[in-house]
Amino acid sequence: MELIKEFRIVNNLGLHARAAAKIVKLGSQYKSKLFLRKNDQEVDGSSILSILTLSCPKGTEVQARIVGDDSVIFMEALGELIEQKFGEGK
Amino acid sequence: MKAHKSGSEVKLQGIAVSSGIIIGKAYLVDRSRVKIPYQYLVNQDQIRKEVKRLEDALRITSEQLLTIKDHMPENVKAHSFIIESHLMILKDSMFADSAIQRIMDEKINSEWAVQKSLEEIREIFNQIDDDYIRTRIEDVENVAERVLRNLSGEDYEDLAKIDERVIVVAHDLAPADTTELNLEKVIGFITDGGGRTSHTGIMAQALKLPAVVALETATNLVENGDLLIVDGNTGDVIINPADSTISDYQERQIQQEEYKSSMVKISHFPAETTDGYRIDIKANIEFLEEVESAKEYGGEAIGLYRTEVLYLKSKALPTEEELFEDYRQVAEIIAPNPVTIRTLDTGGDKIAATSIEIDDEMNPALGLRAIRFCLKEPEIFNTQLKSILRASAYGNVQIMFPMISGLQEVLDAKVILEQAKQDLDRKKIAYDHDIKVGIMIEIPSAVSMAEVLANHVDFFSIGTNDLIQYALAIDRINEHVAHMYEPFHPAISRMLQQVIVAARKAGINVGICGEMAGDPLCIPILLGLGFDELSMNARSIPFIKKLIREISMEEARIDFENILRLNTAKEIRGYIVNRMKPLIPELEGKGYFYS
Repeated sequence: MELIKEFRIVNNLGLHARAAAKIVKLGSQYKSKLFLRKNDQEVDGSSILSILTLSCPKGTEVQARIVGDDSVIFMEALGELIEQKFGEGK
Repeated sequence: MKAHKSGSEVKLQGIAVSSGIIIGKAYLVDRSRVKIPYQYLVNQDQIRKEVKRLEDALRITSEQLLTIKDHMPENVKAHSFIIESHLMILKDSMFADSAIQRIMDEKINSEWAVQKSLEEIREIFNQIDDDYIRTRIEDVENVAERVLRNLSGEDYEDLAKIDERVIVVAHDLAPADTTELNLEKVIGFITDGGGRTSHTGIMAQALKLPAVVALETATNLVENGDLLIVDGNTGDVIINPADSTISDYQERQIQQEEYKSSMVKISHFPAETTDGYRIDIKANIEFLEEVESAKEYGGEAIGLYRTEVLYLKSKALPTEEELFEDYRQVAEIIAPNPVTIRTLDTGGDKIAATSIEIDDEMNPALGLRAIRFCLKEPEIFNTQLKSILRASAYGNVQIMFPMISGLQEVLDAKVILEQAKQDLDRKKIAYDHDIKVGIMIEIPSAVSMAEVLANHVDFFSIGTNDLIQYALAIDRINEHVAHMYEPFHPAISRMLQQVIVAARKAGINVGICGEMAGDPLCIPILLGLGFDELSMNARSIPFIKKLIREISMEEARIDFENILRLNTAKEIRGYIVNRMKPLIPELEGKGYFYS
C-alpha cells in the first residue's frame, strides 16, 4: 500500500543531522519504505545522507511517500515526529 | 624552524567554540590524514578479498563508534545523536554500498573507493544552499577518516589513555574523538581545522572543555610539552607565553570562574538600575545559529543582525528567497521581541557578481561601501530590502541603514525601500507595513546632523567603533596608532550627548551597538547619557546586566556631569576606574574582565 502526505518542516534548524537521524531511526522500525520529495527531487528516506542532501531548512514543504504493509502507522509516527519538531524543544 | 624557538611567545587567533581560559602543556595528537594507497585490482579473487577487507573495516568502525557511544560521559549523553548519526552515515547506501560497489565496478582498492565515495558526497553537499547542512560534510569526513584509519591498520592513538593534564593539539578532532578524551586529564583542545558550527564545538561545550578551532597552523607551531594558554572566549592561543602573560591570564581565569557562577543567575534578570530605570539589553549577532545562545546569555532582543555573511560566502549573490529564509528564522526565534537587521555593510570588493569594477581602494574605510554601495547597486539593495520586509511578517523586524553621512542617503534609501514595498504589494506578499526604519550613527557628520536625521527615522543606533575611528582619525588596524583609539576621549562623550539630545527632541529611540555598550567601564557614561538600549556581544550581557543592577541612574547622571568637566581621556579614565572599583574589584589588579 502506498501513502503520500505533505509536511511542512517546522523545527528551527530544519532537517539537519539530528532530525535526519531520527527519521532514519524511525524508519528502521517499519517494514515499509519511505521516500522524501522536495520539488522534483525524491530521495531514499532510509539514508541520512540523502535526507541531508535534500536540504530542507525550516519552512520547507516535503512530500513523504511510504510504500508497504505498515505504511499507515509509519506515516502517523512520521507526522508526529515532524510536528513535535523532532523533540528539539522550543 | 619553529616560529617560537626565538624564545618569545607566539600568539594565534582562531575561532572560539567553547568558553573558558586554560593554561597547560600541549599534547599533540596525530590525527593527520592517513596516506591513501591507490591500486587497481587484477582479478576476481583480489576483488572478493578487497570487498571483504572493506566490510571488515566498516564493521570494526561501527563497533568502535558503538563503544564510544556506550561509554559517553553522562554530561554529553544528550549529544549521543552525533555518534548515532555517524553510525548511520557509516551504513548509508551513499557511503558504504557505493564504496563496495566501486571496488567491484571500478576494480580499485578499498581506500580509493572510500575516497571516491566521499568525494562524490562532497560534491553533492557543495551544492546545498543551507550553510549549516552543507557543513555537515564534516561528519561524513570524520567517518571516512575513521574507516581509512581502520583499513590502514594504523592504530588510533588512544585518546582515553592520556594521563597528564594537557591541552590536546590536533589537526582536527572528530566529535567521536572529543568524547573519548579523558576528562580527568584533558583540560581543553585546539585544532587547525573546524569552524563555528562544527559538531566538535558542540561537544566541547557540553563537556565544558574550553576549545579554539580553525587555527590553521597550530600543529606546525606547537611541540609536545610546550606551554599553552587557550582563551575559549576570544579565540586567542598563546604558545610559550612569557611569565607576565601567564600571570595576566591566571588572574583572568580566577575572575572568570567567580563571575561565571554569579553570572548565570543574573543573566535573566532585567537590566534595571537600583532606582528603577530599565534599559533594553540586546545582542549583536552575525549568524542565525547565534540567536539561541544570545537568548541564553540573557539577550532580550537582537539589536544588530549583521547581514554580510550570506553575501561573502557564496560565489553568486544570495537570492531573495535565501535571504528571506534566514531573516525569517531569526525573526521567528526571537519573536515577539525585535530583531534589527542591518542592511549590507561591506565594500563591493568583497561581493561577487556586481557590475561595478572596484580597484583596490587606497582607504576602504572611506571608500565605496555599506549604504554608498547599496545606493549604487539598487538591484542588490532592493532584493535585500524585500527579503527583510517579507521576514517582517513573521516577527518583529526593524531595518537599519549603516554608514549614513547625511539626510540625502536616508531619503535615497527610503525611496528604494518604498519601491521594495510596492513590489511586494503588487505580488500581494505580506509584510509589516509599519516596519521601523533606523540608521547607524557612525560618521561624525551624522552626529552633527542628528537633529535633522531624527525627524526622518524611527531610531538611532550608534556604532561607536566606527564613530571613534572616524572622529579621532585612528585606524585601529594600524599598530602605530591603534593605542590612540579611545572611547574615553572627551569628544566622544560630547558626540554621544549630541545624538541623545537630538533623539529625545524628536522622541525617537536611541541605542548603542558598538563595543562601548559591552565595556563595563563605559556603563556609567552610557547610563548617565540615558540610552534606551545597549546591544552587545552576547557574552558580555550577564556582566553588563549585573553592573547596571548595582548602579543608580541618579549617580550615573552625576558621573556624566563630572566627566563632561574633564578634558582628557586620561582624566576621564581615571575618574571611571576610581568610580567603578567597588563594583569591579579586578580594576585593582592589572586588567579587568571583559567577556
